[in-house]
Amino acid sequence: MSFLEDLFANVLFSGLIKVVVAFALLLVACILLVWIERKIVADMQNRVGPYRAGPWGILQTLADGLKLLFKEQVTPRKVELGAYLLAPVLAMVPAFLIFLVVPIGAPFHIGETEVTLQAMDLNVALLFILAFSSIAVYAVVLAGWASGSKYPLLGGVRATAQMISYEAAMGLALVPVVVFASTQIGDGDGGLGVMSISKLVELQDQTFAEFQIGSWQLGVPGWFVFWLAPSFIIFFIAGIAETNRAPFDLVEAESEIVGGYHTEYSGFRFALFFLAEYINMFNISAIAVTLFLGGWLGPDFGLPPQVAWVMPLFWFFLKTFVLVFVFIWIRGTLPRMRYDQLMTFGWKRLIPWSLVWLGLFSFVIAWRHFGALWNWPW
Amino acid sequence: MAAFTGFWVTFKQMFRRRVTTPYPKRMRQKPQRFHGRHVLNRYPDGLEKCIGCELCAGVCPARCIYVRGKENPRGEPVSPGERYGFVYEINMLRCIFCGLCVEACPTEAITMSQLFEMSVDNRKDAIYTRGELLMDADGNVPHAQPASELNDLEELYEADGWMRATASAGRAAYEGVTAWTPTAGAGLRPAERGQSGGAAGEEEV
Repeated sequence: MSFLEDLFANVLFSGLIKVVVAFALLLVACILLVWIERKIVADMQNRVGPYRAGPWGILQTLADGLKLLFKEQVTPRKVELGAYLLAPVLAMVPAFLIFLVVPIGAPFHIGETEVTLQAMDLNVALLFILAFSSIAVYAVVLAGWASGSKYPLLGGVRATAQMISYEAAMGLALVPVVVFASTQIGDGDGGLGVMSISKLVELQDQTFAEFQIGSWQLGVPGWFVFWLAPSFIIFFIAGIAETNRAPFDLVEAESEIVGGYHTEYSGFRFALFFLAEYINMFNISAIAVTLFLGGWLGPDFGLPPQVAWVMPLFWFFLKTFVLVFVFIWIRGTLPRMRYDQLMTFGWKRLIPWSLVWLGLFSFVIAWRHFGALWNWPW
Repeated sequence: MAAFTGFWVTFKQMFRRRVTTPYPKRMRQKPQRFHGRHVLNRYPDGLEKCIGCELCAGVCPARCIYVRGKENPRGEPVSPGERYGFVYEINMLRCIFCGLCVEACPTEAITMSQLFEMSVDNRKDAIYTRGELLMDADGNVPHAQPASELNDLEELYEADGWMRATASAGRAAYEGVTAWTPTAGAGLRPAERGQSGGAAGEEEV
């Protein structure tokens, strides 16, 4: 065993390395995301966008971050200090943790040891994701309540209602994924619930359909989105609401409640909230890519192995970027929803849709497994 | 489905021409009647045009002009009138650049230039006094900041278009007629052309 292999065989060390890499990756991604968003929204509004710091203004976010780092952190007198200080951290930590279960590339081998490009391959990854995105709600609620001021409180109350109602739709949208993956893996008795994300990605390594156009052989990859499109759409919409982005950004609606929950935050504490929002956007895109769009799977065009190992990373980030673009596109297009519209849409549209879809899907799955209704093992 | 039409609209916009300019990198041609910072003019013989009547201060909606008139010293008059403005201050932080002072001035003493880059790091410096507003006998206008990429001091000589476009009374009958008194350095400024469709000012009047 070589030295490097020794190192990566050590669980503690490889875990540490992966966590550090994921941390750095998210920070860089966040910096780029803010810049990309500002540029794209500027494009959509026929503006130029940031262009002063660095080439095409790419360092603008870095400059803003540095500025926030050195700014005074005002603590209003009426805050509930403990919760007030805890909230930004509580917003950040789940955002970073969620990303740890997402595989960003194909696993590779150093000698005998397999190195996965995901910090932890949990067998309950989907539950983990849902759990930590729920914890992120606490950050917003606590920040709103602890600020001891009207607007943050309103933002916090809105967040409670919004994020809890969309959480339900999100969870319901993920059930068909687990069910479908289970049918793919097991035979006979319906398999076991597959919640490990790396397993879900492997299952998408198949072919959905094949076309013959002239002499061209076209294969449609077996991404779950082709079977589970309604789930994907519901998950994405709920994801936008979870991350409090337009058109569901009532939590921080500038025109109504100043900044919502982060009104009383300044300096680096505000930066943490800001960071968390963009990391969450990246996370939701990454998770949607992994669950529905085949994750890091993609053709390597028969490249030599020295180059081919980049391709999974390339595909993963390309797909994630496409979804991030959709996020930004939606923000640049749709106006903010009214509060009652938001609640109506969440409870009367999204949740019923996902329930109907879940029922329909379960029925089809059961039909395919057990045949006609009277054969079912009631 | 109307919501999805919106997505196409925003997508299309991405490939359109930008309507904003990256300002310090690329300067736009300003409109002819741009309202920039004020200038106090002189006659070619060196006398100040301001007669200290305080009409500009009276008409100013932002109340940012402060003028004090004083009797011209006997023998060596500062202005051709009876009095001259011996204190003249404009608070540029309050000024809304409406140009009413220019319209109100009976002697065309105060005009606006095309220069607008006048940021200061001190609120006191934003109050332009007589010394900063008044042009010297050769028609040069002092400006607090040196000429640079941003500060094109030539723009100080570009009198604002309102006076050039209209007769001093603003009557349509005088359109295109130069009713402008000669100014130090600039001499007799030409009337603005094409004020109401026709090329009225094109022939020398």
